[in-house]
Amino acid sequence: MTGHKELELQHVRLGTYYVVPMATSDDFEEWRDHARRLLMADVPPDRVAWTEPGGSAGDLFSHGDRRLPAPDRDAAPPRVSRRFIEIARTALLNSDYKRFSLLYRVLWRLQAKPKLIEDMADPDVRAMADMAREVRRDIHKMRAFVRFRVVEEEGRPGEDRSEHYVAWFEPFHHILRHNAGFFTRRFANMRWSILTPRGSLHWDGKTLHEGPPATRADAPGGDPAEDLWRSYYASIFNPARLKIGAMLKEMPRKYWKNMPEAQLIPELIAGAQAREAAMVEKGALDMGERPATLGAIERAIHACARCPIGELHNTAVMGEGPQSVAEGFSGLMIVGEQPGDHEDQQGRPFVGPAGQLLDVHLAEAGIDRSAAYVTNAVKHFKYVPKVVRGSKRRLHQNPSAKEIDVCRWWVESERMIVQPRLVLAMGASAARGMLGKTVSITKARGSPIPLDGIDGVGGSELWVTAHPSYLLRLDGAGREEQERLFRIDLAAVAARLAELA
Amino acid sequence: MAEKPILERLKTLADAAKYDASCASSGTTKRDSRSGKGIGSTEGMGICHAYAPDGRCISLLKLLLTNHCVFDCHYCVNRKSSNVERARFTPQEVADLTLSFYKRNYIEGLFLSSGIIRNSNHTMEMLVETARILREEQDFRGYIHLKTIPEADPEIVQRAGLYADRVSINVELPTDAGLTRLAPDKNAGQIDGAMAGMNSAIVEAKDAKKRFRHAPRFAPAGQSTQMIIGADAASDTDIVTRASSLYTRHRLRRVYYSAFSPIPDASAVLPLKRPPLIREHRLYQSDWLMRFYGYAPHEVAAAAGADGMLPLDIDPKLAWALKFRESFPVDVNRAPKEALLRVPGLGTRAVGQILMARRHRRLRLEDVAKMTVSVKKVQPFIVTIDWRPVLLTDRADLKALLAPKAEQLELFVA
Repeated sequence: MTGHKELELQHVRLGTYYVVPMATSDDFEEWRDHARRLLMADVPPDRVAWTEPGGSAGDLFSHGDRRLPAPDRDAAPPRVSRRFIEIARTALLNSDYKRFSLLYRVLWRLQAKPKLIEDMADPDVRAMADMAREVRRDIHKMRAFVRFRVVEEEGRPGEDRSEHYVAWFEPFHHILRHNAGFFTRRFANMRWSILTPRGSLHWDGKTLHEGPPATRADAPGGDPAEDLWRSYYASIFNPARLKIGAMLKEMPRKYWKNMPEAQLIPELIAGAQAREAAMVEKGALDMGERPATLGAIERAIHACARCPIGELHNTAVMGEGPQSVAEGFSGLMIVGEQPGDHEDQQGRPFVGPAGQLLDVHLAEAGIDRSAAYVTNAVKHFKYVPKVVRGSKRRLHQNPSAKEIDVCRWWVESERMIVQPRLVLAMGASAARGMLGKTVSITKARGSPIPLDGIDGVGGSELWVTAHPSYLLRLDGAGREEQERLFRIDLAAVAARLAELA
Repeated sequence: MAEKPILERLKTLADAAKYDASCASSGTTKRDSRSGKGIGSTEGMGICHAYAPDGRCISLLKLLLTNHCVFDCHYCVNRKSSNVERARFTPQEVADLTLSFYKRNYIEGLFLSSGIIRNSNHTMEMLVETARILREEQDFRGYIHLKTIPEADPEIVQRAGLYADRVSINVELPTDAGLTRLAPDKNAGQIDGAMAGMNSAIVEAKDAKKRFRHAPRFAPAGQSTQMIIGADAASDTDIVTRASSLYTRHRLRRVYYSAFSPIPDASAVLPLKRPPLIREHRLYQSDWLMRFYGYAPHEVAAAAGADGMLPLDIDPKLAWALKFRESFPVDVNRAPKEALLRVPGLGTRAVGQILMARRHRRLRLEDVAKMTVSVKKVQPFIVTIDWRPVLLTDRADLKALLAPKAEQLELFVA
C-alpha cells in the first residue's frame, strides 16, 4: 500500500470544495484518516469529492481544493458505533465509485444521530448495507469459484520439482486482499497464486506477496484433473429434477467462464429431458389401475410384455381354483415359481412332474388341492431353446429378481381378490414374489411370516417351503431328507389351516 | 477382476450417490491448516463450490465407496436386484481423489456413503478407514460427512464420529409401514436406536470437551437424516410430525427431504409417478417455519388440507395465514417479533430490520416496502401508520389475489 502524500493543512473556508484523491481502492484505514480529518474540520459531505486511484472528480469539482482543511485544535475526535465500522469496512470494497462519499455522508449524519445506523428504512443506511452485501457475496463467491490449475515447476535448490497451483479469477469488487487470509489458512502448505485483472497474490508456503495485475494468458490453460471433475459434475446432476433458475440464482452466468465444469451446463440441460424419459421407460412401469377380477388379470397377463419373458414364444398361465367359500375355497393359496413346459402347453398350473409330486404330498398331508387357489409367482415360462439328443427342447430358466418383481403386480392382485387366509409359497422365487425380498428357504420355513394387506385390503400369513421340482432334482439320502422336511411343512400348513378355519 | 479406470468408476459411483440430498458443509468447528502439514480449513459457513442444473449445491465430493449392495430396497438404484453397473473404490483411492479436488478448490470435503458389501460391519469399517487416511495420514482438515450404517456395531459406527464432522443415518421413509414395504431388509427400530446412540455419543463428547481441553472432537457438526418423499402414502402432516420428533428426540441438525425420482431399472413395487418437486420445496418451507419462525408442528399441520397435504400452489406460511385470518393484521410498529414472523412475505431478515428501524421512526408502508421483496404480498396482513387493510383479510378471494400466477408455477413443475 503506497503511503499518501504529506497533506498540507489549512482552515476550512466557506464555499470551498475539496477533492480527496484516494491512493488505494480497498484500504479502509486510508479512507478513515481522510474522513476523520474532514469531519473534525466540519466539512459537510456535499463539499467533498472522492476519487478512485487514477480517476478524476469530474467537472463539478474540477476546481476543488486538493488540500484538506486543518481541523480545529480543540475539535473532539469523532466517535462512531462499531456497527458502522463493520459495515463500512466491507462496503468500502465495493467497486461503485460512490462508496467513499456515501460512507462519508452516513458518517456525517451519524454525528448528529448516533443510532441512525440501525434505521434500515433510511436510504443512505440501506444503500451502504446493500453495498456491503454485494461485497460479502463476491467474497463468498470467490472462495467458492476460484479454480486452481497445477503447474509442475523446478523446485527451489535442494528440492524436487514442486507443484504450483495457479488460478485466474475476475472478482467484481476490490476483494482480492481481503480474501488472502482465507486462501492462506486453507492452503497453508501449498504453493499457490491467484491472478486477477486488479492484482495478484502469491503464497510460497511461508509468506504472501502481492503482484501486479495479470491477464488470463498468464494463467495455465488446463489441468488433467478437470476431466475427472467434469465427469463428477455431470454424474452428480439428477436429470429428473431440472431447476435451472435455482442454479442461475447462485451461480450466475458471469462466473461461468472461469469454471471448467460450467461448459457442460448447456448440454446437460439439453439432454436432461431425454435422459429422464429414458430412465422412466427403462425403469418404473406404470401398471395402471389394479385389475378388479381374476378375469381381468387373465386377460392382462396374456398381453403382458413388461419383462422379456413375456416376449418369448409362450402362453401366460393363470392361477386356478375356487376363490370364495361358496365355491368351496379352503382359504389356502399355493404359489409356485413359474409354468414349466407342460403347464405352458396345457395352460394350467402344476400339471407337470412337479405338480404330480405336489399332488401326492398334498393328499398325504390331507390338503384338498381342489379347495385351494393354485398359481405362480411368474406368469410366463422362461426357457432357452436347446437341441438335446437331436430334438428341440425348451430348458427351464430361473426368473431374475427383477422379473419376479415385475410379475408381483399380478400375483398380488390375485391375492387381493382371492383373499386367502394362508399363502404357501414354494421355492425362493415364489417367496420373493410374495415378500418382495429374497429369503432363505432353510431359515424361513416352518413358521408363519405376516403378509401386509395390499392397498390396505386383506392381510394374510405366508408359509414358505421348497419347490417340488427341487425334490425331483435330488436323489438318495438328500432326496429323502428334503421330502421329510417338505412333509413336515405341509403338515404344519394343514394344521394351521384347520386352526384358522 | 481388473478394475475399470478411475474416471469410469467415478461416474458410476457419483451417479449412485446423487439421490442423497444433503451436501452441507456447515456447522462444524473452525480450523485451518497453518499449524499442520496438510491442507484444509472450515470456517463455520459452508461453501457451495458449484451448482448443478438441478439447482443443487455441490459442496462436497459425494460418492459411494461401492454400489454393490446385499440389501434390496425398492426405491434404491443400487439394490441387489437392480441391473445397474457396479463399481468400487478403495479407501485410498477416495482419499486421493478428495485431496486432488480439494487442492484445486473444487470442494469443501468429502461425503462418503456406501452400498452394503459383505456385511454391515465390514462396510462401516471401510468408510471409517477412508476418513482415517484423510485425517491421520494426510492431515486433511476440510469437511468430512460419513453416512453410517445402522446395522453395524455401535462401536464401529461411533468411530466415524472421531474423524467426521457430520454423521448421518437415513430414516429413508416417513412411516414404519413404508419402510417395511419398500426397504424389507431395514428395520425402523434399529435405525432409531442407532440415531439415539449417535446422539448420546455426541452429547457425551461435547460434555467431555467442556471439562477436558484435549478430549477428542466428535462429529462437531452433529447428525442429519434423509427421507424419501412420495414413494409411500405418507401425507405431509405425517412427514412434518416425523421430522419434528426427530429434531427433538435425536437433536438432528437437519432433516433432508428427497422427492422420489424415477431411477434407472426401478423396482416393480414402485408403479409410481414422481411427486411434484414443488412438494419437496413446500416441505422444506414448513421445516423452516418450525426451525426459524416459531411454528409448532401442529400449526404446520393446520396449514395442510383435510388430506394432510400442504397446498402446492401457495407456501405453507401463506396457507396458515389465510386459515387463521383472526391473527392479522399485525401492526409493524408495535407487534412482538413472534407476530411479525408470521406475516407472509416477511423473512427473518426483514423482521430484524423492522425491529431495529422502528426504534427510530414510525414505519410507513413505503418503509416496509424497502425491506421486503414484495410489499404486495405483505400488505394485506400488516398495519402501518399510513396503511390499514380495510376488510382485506375478510375477502374470500384473498388467496386468488396472493397466490402466484399459474404461469409462474410452470417453472417449478417442469
